[in-house]
Amino acid sequence: MKTASKKVHQLTVAITGMNARADNPGPGVAVARCLREVAKFEGKIIGLGYDVLDPGLFQTELTDAGYLLPYPSAGEHELLERLQYIQEQEQIDILIPCLDAEILSMIHLQDQIAELGITMLLPSEAQLQLRNKDRLHQFASSADVKTPKQTTITSSSFFYDCEKKGWSYPLVVKGQFYDAGIAHNPEQAVGLFHKIAAVWGMPILVQKLIEGDEVNLTGLGDGKGNLLGAVMMRKRAVTEKGKAWAGMTVHDEGLLQAAQKLVAALKWSGPLEVEMMRDKHGDYYLIEINPRFPAWIYLAKASGNNLPWTLLEMLQQQPLSKLTAPVAGTLFIRYAQEVIVSLADFEAMTMTGERAVELL
Amino acid sequence: MSEHPLNNFLSLYSDSLKRLALNDSGFVFDPMTGQSFTVNPCGLELLKLMQKQKDVELINHQILAEFDITAEILERDFLEFSEQLRRYLK
Repeated sequence: MKTASKKVHQLTVAITGMNARADNPGPGVAVARCLREVAKFEGKIIGLGYDVLDPGLFQTELTDAGYLLPYPSAGEHELLERLQYIQEQEQIDILIPCLDAEILSMIHLQDQIAELGITMLLPSEAQLQLRNKDRLHQFASSADVKTPKQTTITSSSFFYDCEKKGWSYPLVVKGQFYDAGIAHNPEQAVGLFHKIAAVWGMPILVQKLIEGDEVNLTGLGDGKGNLLGAVMMRKRAVTEKGKAWAGMTVHDEGLLQAAQKLVAALKWSGPLEVEMMRDKHGDYYLIEINPRFPAWIYLAKASGNNLPWTLLEMLQQQPLSKLTAPVAGTLFIRYAQEVIVSLADFEAMTMTGERAVELL
Repeated sequence: MSEHPLNNFLSLYSDSLKRLALNDSGFVFDPMTGQSFTVNPCGLELLKLMQKQKDVELINHQILAEFDITAEILERDFLEFSEQLRRYLK
């Protein structure tokens, strides 16, 4: 591995997901903050985004440079070419992808990206696909973890007679990649079906609504079946999109055990977030496994486990900093803040896809 | 132990009550669910006793000795308090 001899605190680290809309922020800015606040870190952080208004691209206190990437729909060849260009400018050692939609492309390109001198800690394509929404039920069952009752449909007529087939409202209508809503009657369900299908395509997933508390866990899979540095969080306030606006560390043994089973069964490699519901009977249902750090990852750092830093240590094959079982009760409250961008920086990002170089 | 309805509550929620972190200020935190709430001095003492005792008669006895409260009001408040606690302790 090219960078194995380089000290962790001297690395150049590129991080994607620099979007941070207040109602649904990407994890990139938080990951950068976790690294930047390590006192001995003297390396560089390169912010990678997809939109000229991604604030992390311009936050000079967090990122040393910012670059736009082509949208995943442009294709993997375009992504690789762009990474080659950025690599010529920045000599990146490690890349931390932070968005669901780009992980598969990064897996496909992993060898070519490694040839550029950039390493990543990613799951295999097979591991990634096992936790796809349409396969999650089957996989979770094999790991002895419950999921909500689910079916896959391609016609909205399902919603008019589903009650005869054992379903009851309210139920959850989900896209195969993203987006979900709760329907309380057939009309709402049909509306959601068409709205989600128009954006994310077929099939559509229908899920039993589990009422209870959502609990989330983040950690690192070591690729051998072990879950490292687990931090658990319960949302205390959410945005209209259901994203955490405030949350608190908890210690939930049921969640931890379920996550350990899932990571062991997957032999997961890299960051992940496990989202589960705990119902009123104390039963746990897996909702999602996200193949990346969550947007609330700074809470992990604040409660004792700087998982992005641990990820760098793992990739550099260096001894891991001590990981703890975080104390329950550390609260985060998110807030929105304006990032001021000069016209020169905005112009440069718009025209060239990179932040203007400071001339001393 | 008597068949007081609260004994059933104390038995059922024994583990959940024990995990609560109680602060002398009256701030109560559940490390498993992240829920927090506040209680008055009498509620705090009740919670402390509930963490140790499963017999409502013994708890009542100690509260009546410590606080200026009648047995009737304690009975009513204790029942109401237990109903509120059920919402937090799952």
